[in-house]
Amino acid sequence: MKPEEMRIMLATDCGSTTTKARLFRKIRDEYRFVCTGEAPTTVEAPYEDVTMGVRNAVREVEELSGVKLLAEKGIMVRDNPEGDGVDLYATTSSAGGGLQMMVFGVTKSITGESAERAALGGGAIVMDVVSTDDGVPLYKKVERTRQLRPDMVLMAGGTDGGAIPPVIQAAEILRIAEPKARFGAAYSLPVIFAGNIEARKHVETTFKGMFALRIIDNLRPSVELENTDPSRDAIQQLFMEHVMSHAPGYDKLMTWTEVPIMPTPMGEGMMFQTIARLRGINVIGVGLGGATTNVYSVFDGKFVRTVSANLGMSYSICNVLREAGMQNIIRWTPFDIDEGTLGDILTDKMIRPTTIPQTIEELIVEHAVAREALRMGLAHHKFLARGLRGVRPPETLDDVFERKAMGTESYINMLRISLIGGTGGLLSHAPRRVQSMIILMDGFQPEGITRLVQDSVFMMPHLGVLSTVHPEAALEVFEKDCLVRLGTCIAPRGIPEKEEEDVMKVEMTMPDGSLRTESLKIGNIIRVPLDVGETAQVVITPNKECDVGEGPGQKVQTSVQGGVAGVILDARGRPLRTPTDRAEMKKLLLKWFRAVDMYPGETLERFEKVVS
Amino acid sequence: MLPITGEVLVHEGDAVSHDTIVARTHVPGDVNMIPLFYILGVEPYELPRVVLKKEGETVQKGELLAITKSFFGLFRTEYRARYGGTIELISDITGMVGIRDFPVPINLNAYISGKVSKVIPENGAVVQTLASFVQGIFGVGGERHGEIMAIAEPQVELTPDMIDKSCAGKILMGGSLVTADVLKKAEAEGVKGIVTGGIRRVDLTKFLGYEMGVAITGQEETGLTCIITEGFGRMTMAKHTYELLRSCEGRLASINGATQIRAGVIRPEVVVPYKESEVGEFKEEEDALAEGMYPGTRVRIIRQPYFGAIGTVDTLPAELQQLESESWVRVMTVKLDDGRVVTVPRANVEIMEE
Repeated sequence: MKPEEMRIMLATDCGSTTTKARLFRKIRDEYRFVCTGEAPTTVEAPYEDVTMGVRNAVREVEELSGVKLLAEKGIMVRDNPEGDGVDLYATTSSAGGGLQMMVFGVTKSITGESAERAALGGGAIVMDVVSTDDGVPLYKKVERTRQLRPDMVLMAGGTDGGAIPPVIQAAEILRIAEPKARFGAAYSLPVIFAGNIEARKHVETTFKGMFALRIIDNLRPSVELENTDPSRDAIQQLFMEHVMSHAPGYDKLMTWTEVPIMPTPMGEGMMFQTIARLRGINVIGVGLGGATTNVYSVFDGKFVRTVSANLGMSYSICNVLREAGMQNIIRWTPFDIDEGTLGDILTDKMIRPTTIPQTIEELIVEHAVAREALRMGLAHHKFLARGLRGVRPPETLDDVFERKAMGTESYINMLRISLIGGTGGLLSHAPRRVQSMIILMDGFQPEGITRLVQDSVFMMPHLGVLSTVHPEAALEVFEKDCLVRLGTCIAPRGIPEKEEEDVMKVEMTMPDGSLRTESLKIGNIIRVPLDVGETAQVVITPNKECDVGEGPGQKVQTSVQGGVAGVILDARGRPLRTPTDRAEMKKLLLKWFRAVDMYPGETLERFEKVVS
Repeated sequence: MLPITGEVLVHEGDAVSHDTIVARTHVPGDVNMIPLFYILGVEPYELPRVVLKKEGETVQKGELLAITKSFFGLFRTEYRARYGGTIELISDITGMVGIRDFPVPINLNAYISGKVSKVIPENGAVVQTLASFVQGIFGVGGERHGEIMAIAEPQVELTPDMIDKSCAGKILMGGSLVTADVLKKAEAEGVKGIVTGGIRRVDLTKFLGYEMGVAITGQEETGLTCIITEGFGRMTMAKHTYELLRSCEGRLASINGATQIRAGVIRPEVVVPYKESEVGEFKEEEDALAEGMYPGTRVRIIRQPYFGAIGTVDTLPAELQQLESESWVRVMTVKLDDGRVVTVPRANVEIMEE
């Protein structure tokens, strides 16, 4: 069936814990999201068959929509427009821990880093990066490689025509470690070689047929060039051919759909790329999950995805605590909580990951952890989202004196990010949408004028895989049903020299023609109601030390979009200023929460009484 | 199950005790990489000529592995192997030689006493036993074996003075909280395990010597196994759990603290096997978990503000209700054992098997 003839489509995502089914339908002239069904994923014992969870989730959709979807074996795909079933079924998967890869390179900061970016872009979790110059003793590298059981290995190394021995040394580590594939030892581990073309035959000889070797174009043919697309394609192909076909029940699931199964993060990433492409803007996206935090960026057309494998809100919540440190989490709570109690609350959440906060205090604690997971996730992302290392830029006289090292800093300039999008359980289930907005703002610290959006009911992966067949339908649903417009944040970069000076003055012409003027000093935040679909004209005059996009002190005149949380004028400082004095910080937090109506008034009053 | 295939030493129907070796294998040794070209001062391509062995052959520690001769044989450099093992690699490109240590034998114990009900060829065996079984919520330390000994009532905090020489080799049970000091004292006295209601995260960190990030445990190098039945913080051990373990006092138990929350949940366990002659007619009970929740089901609340409270499901309203946190979720009302009726999210309770 041609895409334009499709009227009803079903997509599933087989997650680590839950399998989520989403039904989409053409209603009159537009494609819309219809309903959702969810069921526990059944990849693990005792079921060991992913299709059971898929059937259970789809059955829920069947019951809710009244559309017959399940065939005796698989999903009912109809051959005529009047019949039962769907016109298209597609799925993504991250069950069983998703696609787990090891990458090898020669130089850690050059080919190692490029290989890591390529694997992450292909939707993988990178278990380890091994490079010949990483300073780790050889026997340790071999030991580590042996212990891990990846689904796939990506091996880069050497520019075309460069030295061969270092590339072969990396291959030798792999050969003698002989890592076993995760899903059973019965099949050969897929290994992609994307290194020096002149080393190909030596790599083949070294491996002696031990692995399912795929040789593709060098992902770093020269120091100045990174070519990750062939690697990404090969990863996707091998994911289907080798990994998926050996995961429990996937052999069956693959026969249910003609569309290749896609790793969940790849689907998610595709939608963030779509927003950036269609609107011609720079975007940062985040998937804040229970186990991982995926961060996506599209900056000046360059797409990068990173996954912080142990930063999450349930399974990995204690790792956030460990990495961020107790005090960094406590600083976001406006009430007294000792380190011991906080540690116990979070460890209990880790061992019982499906529980939900019942009290406001516990909700605030989870929101505090989320901010830190986002902060660290973005820091990790920026580490990989940087220029190619090893490239010597054309030197100017200034460079000679300053010895600027190109590629050591991230190219992501928050002032030039126009949109931040979030997805994941904590954000979707936040009782007030403004909570998601503030959590994203505090975690990512947008600068200038930035729109914030979130996924309504977690359907970005579904739309990502759908877009490979029917991009128009995916886009229509994305715009109309997936994106929740949270609002716009206006936050100048920089801090005034004197406390008594304004950070910015904002004049807003509201949709009804009224004029609203706000002057904000450091440490203040104001929420201006402006509904979804509404626009306000703004003139922002920043302090001479502050920048909203046109340079320090430069006035900006533009229009801003509303959202469920409205427009937030944020003069809390960039970088965000959080006092180290606990009493001062609690007071400030309560002031911010009040200003944006983040939590119920009576609860804040209770906290305020204690603080004062 | 063995980590890799090997030889199974028992047969179906064999009686085994916890320390019977049921299967055996040899795990390949680690690989030692030697930059031999550098040591000998030769080019990598010359390596196959100067090394006296071929890939796949074995070499003993101290055995002559390579000789180079120069200046018409007048100067000679020898290399004697620093490691014994199998030669895995002689690379004429990188000049490296890889020697894999000799295989390490691994024995697999039965872990519990009982009867072999099934042999899994080349991998292991299934041992069946009639037993009392307690599943904990979190643990550290691997498989251990010992006699059960009660040391405290369920609501009592454990203190170091409760542990003395009489506890050596025992699995101690009871109490609401174990501290790092108690665990260290127990370790020093040769205690095999402690099963208790709760532990504080700070004490766990102090005992382990590092902060736990993700809940994958069982491999800790601790002198004892610790199993927590309720959760983190001070938690009175559930009455039913306490009474069951108390009834097993003096019996030999197998315990394992291994816990894994993600990708195939594993919870720690206490298994107290019985001899067939000790058990009357075996009666299959209904599986409370399979039945799901209904009014009358016994549940434990696993999140604040009623964490640890035990009660009976009172009602299961179909419509969503708003919590104090303002979330709209499916809830239930629970009649607590102290007579209060409270509303909690359905996600925040667990069914108790009694």
